[in-house]
Amino acid sequence: MLHQMHELGITENIVNISLAKAGEAQANKVIQINLVVGELSGFVPDCIQFYFDSLSKDTIAQGAALHFESVPAQLRCRDCSTIFHPQDTLWSCPKCGGQSVEIFTGRELYIESMEVE
Amino acid sequence: MKKIEVIQNVLEANETIASRNRQLLDRNKVCAINIMSSPGAGKTSLILQTMAKLKGRLNIAVIEGDVASTVDAEKVQSEAKAVVQINTRNMPESCSLMAAMIESALKDMPLDNIDLILIENVGNLICPSEFNLGEHKRVVISSLPEGDDKPTKYPLIFINADAVIINKMDFLPHVDFDIAAFRRSIAGLNPKAEIFELSCKTGEEIERWCSWVLEQVKADATKR
Repeated sequence: MLHQMHELGITENIVNISLAKAGEAQANKVIQINLVVGELSGFVPDCIQFYFDSLSKDTIAQGAALHFESVPAQLRCRDCSTIFHPQDTLWSCPKCGGQSVEIFTGRELYIESMEVE
Repeated sequence: MKKIEVIQNVLEANETIASRNRQLLDRNKVCAINIMSSPGAGKTSLILQTMAKLKGRLNIAVIEGDVASTVDAEKVQSEAKAVVQINTRNMPESCSLMAAMIESALKDMPLDNIDLILIENVGNLICPSEFNLGEHKRVVISSLPEGDDKPTKYPLIFINADAVIINKMDFLPHVDFDIAAFRRSIAGLNPKAEIFELSCKTGEEIERWCSWVLEQVKADATKR
């Protein structure tokens, strides 16, 4: 039994959204889909690309390039408000050493834009 | 060639179904708790203990998420008002429960006769943190044999938890688990989380955990 990871459902959404938007724009072909993926989101671009190639077959999105823009993780220290990039899994503030942090950016997963013709 | 602006969250489909689940639960005055942990941390044991303790006070139903088998559903069957087993290997995804799976499970449940649904997610500390099910509360279990570094390694699942349970406290003499360090990590990531030091084996803190559960059910009922 092949166990699929959650990128399959995500990629179905990407295909559905891009076909709907291309339809609205009366496009004949989707050339490129620009995705924004946060560093902390649990989604693997290579895996999305793999599923996309098979799910987009025989649609106007077949052969479209997926472009992934990665958003670096940024954390905010709750004590001194410093915004910083976490080093590996160590989530403490480089300025005050505080360990109380919240995620500022890095959990995104959205389609930013598409190129169609 | 032309460029179209899209700006659309790819997780929106799951979010839409999750909010539909939430509305259905609220209409029926049912509280749902999503229980997440790595495999073997004690999700099923906690559900069994909770049902035993709250017997006669709450009507509890269980949704079991597993890649395969009905082992867990069989264990909880005798005590639960209703049990639905979801086998994720038959689903597009197998690593986590998703809102659509809960939506179909809710169709098989006598909601007007249930106060609380305990949802046992697939044993996994990564994927379930990405998928809202429409639950009211999120609980993460970490057990002593796993080590005290789980919040550091898998922060995302802990960051949105309403309660964190340190299970298998009876192992404390046998393992190097630094409770204070674990509590510090949780306090940093998620200062509002309620923390329980519990043992399903000895019953330690089961009472306080069940009071917390009762409070959530009552709080949700008054909000609705």
